[in-house]
Amino acid sequence: MLPSCARNINKPTISCKKVLQLINGTKNNYATEVKCETKPYKLHKLDTPPSASTTLSREDALKYYREMQVVRRMEASANNLYKTKLIRGFCHLYSGQEAVAVGIKAALRSHDAVITAYRDHGWAYLMGASVVEVLTELTGRKSGCARGKGGSMHMYTDNFYGGNGIVGAQVPLGAGIAFALKYKGTDGVCFALYGDGAANQGQVFETYNMAKLWNLPCIFVCENNGYGMGTSAQRAAANTAFYTRGDYVPGLWVDGMDVVTVREAARYAIDYCKSGKGPLVIEAATYRYFGHSMSDPGTSYRTREEIQEVRQKRDPITHFQELTTNAGLLSENEIKEINADVKKEVDEATEISKTDSSIGLDELATDIYANNLEPQIRNTTPFNPLTHNRLGKAVNLE
Amino acid sequence: MLQKNSICVKILKGVLKSKDGECRKILRRNAHFSFYPEKPPSGSTTKMNMFQAINNALDITLRTDESALVFGEDVAFGGVFRCTVDLQKKYGKSRVFNTPLCEQGIIGFGIGAAASGATSVAEIQFADYIFPAFDQIVNEAAKYRYRSGGEFNCGRLTIRAPCGAVGHGALYHSQSPEAYFAHTPGLKVVIPRGPIKAKGLLLSCIRDPNPCLVLEPKILYRAAVEEVPSGDYGTLIGKADVVQEGKDVTLIGWGTQFHVLMEVAQLAKEKFGISCEVIDLVSILPWDLDTVCNSVKKTGRVLISHEAPLTSGFGAEIAACIQEECFLHLQAPVARITGFDTPFPHIFEPFYLPTKWRCLEAVKNLIDY
Repeated sequence: MLPSCARNINKPTISCKKVLQLINGTKNNYATEVKCETKPYKLHKLDTPPSASTTLSREDALKYYREMQVVRRMEASANNLYKTKLIRGFCHLYSGQEAVAVGIKAALRSHDAVITAYRDHGWAYLMGASVVEVLTELTGRKSGCARGKGGSMHMYTDNFYGGNGIVGAQVPLGAGIAFALKYKGTDGVCFALYGDGAANQGQVFETYNMAKLWNLPCIFVCENNGYGMGTSAQRAAANTAFYTRGDYVPGLWVDGMDVVTVREAARYAIDYCKSGKGPLVIEAATYRYFGHSMSDPGTSYRTREEIQEVRQKRDPITHFQELTTNAGLLSENEIKEINADVKKEVDEATEISKTDSSIGLDELATDIYANNLEPQIRNTTPFNPLTHNRLGKAVNLE
Repeated sequence: MLQKNSICVKILKGVLKSKDGECRKILRRNAHFSFYPEKPPSGSTTKMNMFQAINNALDITLRTDESALVFGEDVAFGGVFRCTVDLQKKYGKSRVFNTPLCEQGIIGFGIGAAASGATSVAEIQFADYIFPAFDQIVNEAAKYRYRSGGEFNCGRLTIRAPCGAVGHGALYHSQSPEAYFAHTPGLKVVIPRGPIKAKGLLLSCIRDPNPCLVLEPKILYRAAVEEVPSGDYGTLIGKADVVQEGKDVTLIGWGTQFHVLMEVAQLAKEKFGISCEVIDLVSILPWDLDTVCNSVKKTGRVLISHEAPLTSGFGAEIAACIQEECFLHLQAPVARITGFDTPFPHIFEPFYLPTKWRCLEAVKNLIDY
C-alpha cells in the first residue's frame, strides 16, 4: 500500500507550456524564461491559494537543477562513506526529498531563518556550507562545518539553526527564532521543518499554540515522506492530513516533489507571515529513497517496488529535468555538463573528507561553557589535563 | 606520578600521543571491552545473545500473563535492536504494537494502562530519547502510589531503554542516564551486564509491583552471548553480584563497564600482582549497600567506574555511602574513573570512555597511596 503522501502526488506531471513561453531574447535558441503551472494545492483555513502559475527563469532553472544534483550526489557519497566505515554513528539521507529544501531555499531572503531535524545535510549545503564542509563533518574531520564535533545530525551555517537530533525538538526553537525576528522589527520568517513522524510529538502542538497565540512569523513545514522511522504515517497518525493538524493554524498542502510548486508555496507563506497574519503549516508530500537511517535497510516496512515506482515516476530531479528541457529552457548538453561538474565537485570533496585531519584532543573540552569557572574539565587524565576553552563568538549572536 | 605507573602510563600515553588516525584505527577496530560471560546455573540452558534473551523474557511474559502489552517505536517489526522480533506475529496486534514517535505519550499511556491493571512493557528506542518522558516517569509514574495515599499505582509498568556507548553513537545515541533516575524515590532502576541478567532482571521488573526502568547497554545486544536458563526465572532487584573475589581493591561497575573492570582485575594481577574483587552492582535503585561495604571493609580500597560523567554520576552516591560506612577501613580515598564532564563526544569517544588503562592507573594509585 502506498503511503498517503505517495498516493496524493502520483498525478500527471506539471505542464510547462512552451506556448506560454515569454521569450525575452534567446540564446542558442533556448528560452530565457517560461511560464509554468504549479501543481494543485490543498488549503486549510486559507481563502486564496498560491498562484497557479509562475515564471521560471533559465538562471533559476540552472541553479535549482544544480542544487538538487549536488544534494543527491552528496548523499550518495555519504552512503558510500558510511558503508566503508569512514562515517560512523547515525546518518540520515535526504535523497528523494531534494525539491522541498531547494524549493524553500529559492524563496528565502537573506534574513530568513531555517531550522530542521537530523536529515540536514542538504539543508546545510543550501544554506551556505560547502560540499567539503558537509562531507568532512560527516567523517568527523576539522574542515567540517562543526569542526567534526557534531557529525551527521548537527550541522550549522548562518541563519541555519541546525540539524537537531531529537525527534520534534527543533520545532519549538523555530517559534523562538520567529519571535526574535519579529521582536527585532525585521520582516524575517523562520521555517521550522520536521517529518511526519515528529508531527506526533506533543511539543509540536505546544508550539502551534504559542505561535498562533502570539502570531509569530513561523512557517511549520511537515516533510511527509510517508514513514516515521519504520512506521507508515497511516499507522502512526490519526489524521494524516498534516497541513490541517495545526487546527487554528492555517495550512497548505503542496507537492514536495515539484521544486517550482514548493517555491511558490514558500513565497506565498513568506508573504502571509510578513503581513502579520501569524504562523502557517505547510505539508510537503515527498518520499525518501533510503531507510530512516543507515542502520535501516528501508525495505522491511515497504516494498522495493514502491521505491522503484517513485524513483521512476516521480523523482524530483528527473521531473525537473524533463520539465526544463521539454520547455526549451535547458539543453540536454547543459544537463550533462552540470552532472559532470557536480560529480567532480562531490568526488573531490569526498577525497578531502577521507584525508582531512581531525581536530586535536584538546577540543574534547572546548565550548562546553561560555566560560568555565574552573580552568580544567573535571576528570580528564591527570598527566594530560584538558583545559576548557572557547573557539570564538557564536555566529548566531553576532 | 608518571614514573610510578610506568606500564599503564606508557601504554596510555602511547595511545593518546599516536597520530589521531592510527589511534582511530586501533580503537575502532576493537570494542573497548572483552565480554566476560556469566556462568549459567544448573538446569536446561539455551545459547542466546542479549537481544534474544530479552525477546525470550518478553515472550514468556506475553505467554504467561494475558494482560501483558509490549509497545514502543517500531516494536511491531522487532524494534531497531530486534528485541521484540516476531512477538507481534505470535501475540497479535492488540498486544504488541507500534506507537507514534512521542516518548512522553508512550510513557503516559503505559502508566494509564498499568494503573488499570495491564502489565505494560514500554520501549523507549534509545535512552537518549527518554527525556521528553522525564516528567511522566519522575512525576507521574514514580509518585503515583505515594500521592494517592496508596490507593493507586502503576507498579505494572516496566520501561526498557538501550543505553551506553556503542563505538560510534555520538551525542544522542550513547548516553547513560541512570543517575537522573536514581534520584527518584518510587522508581526502580536496573542495568544488566549480559543475557542471563537481562532476562532475569526484565522478568523480575515486569513482575515487581513498582514502576521499573531497565537500561540495556546496547553494545551488548549482539556482543554478549551466554548460556541462558531456558525457563522462567527472576533476578533479585537490589542485589549486587560479587563476580570475582579479591583482597586488595574492590572494583565496582555495571553494564558494559563491569566487563572493562574484569579485564582491569586481570591486568592488575598480571602487571602488578594486585588482587581485585569485582562487583557488578546490577541494580542502581535500590542499590546493594551491604555487599559493597562488606567488600570495601575487606579490601580497604575501592574504585567505582561508570560511563556517565563524573559530577553527580551514580558513583558519587556510592562513594559518599562508603566513606560514611567504611571510613576507618579505608586505606585510600574512594576512586572514581568515569566519563569526562563533557557532552558525550562524536569523534572523541575512545578518549572519553573510562578505559581499562585509566582504571588500571587508578588501581595502582590506590595501592600506592
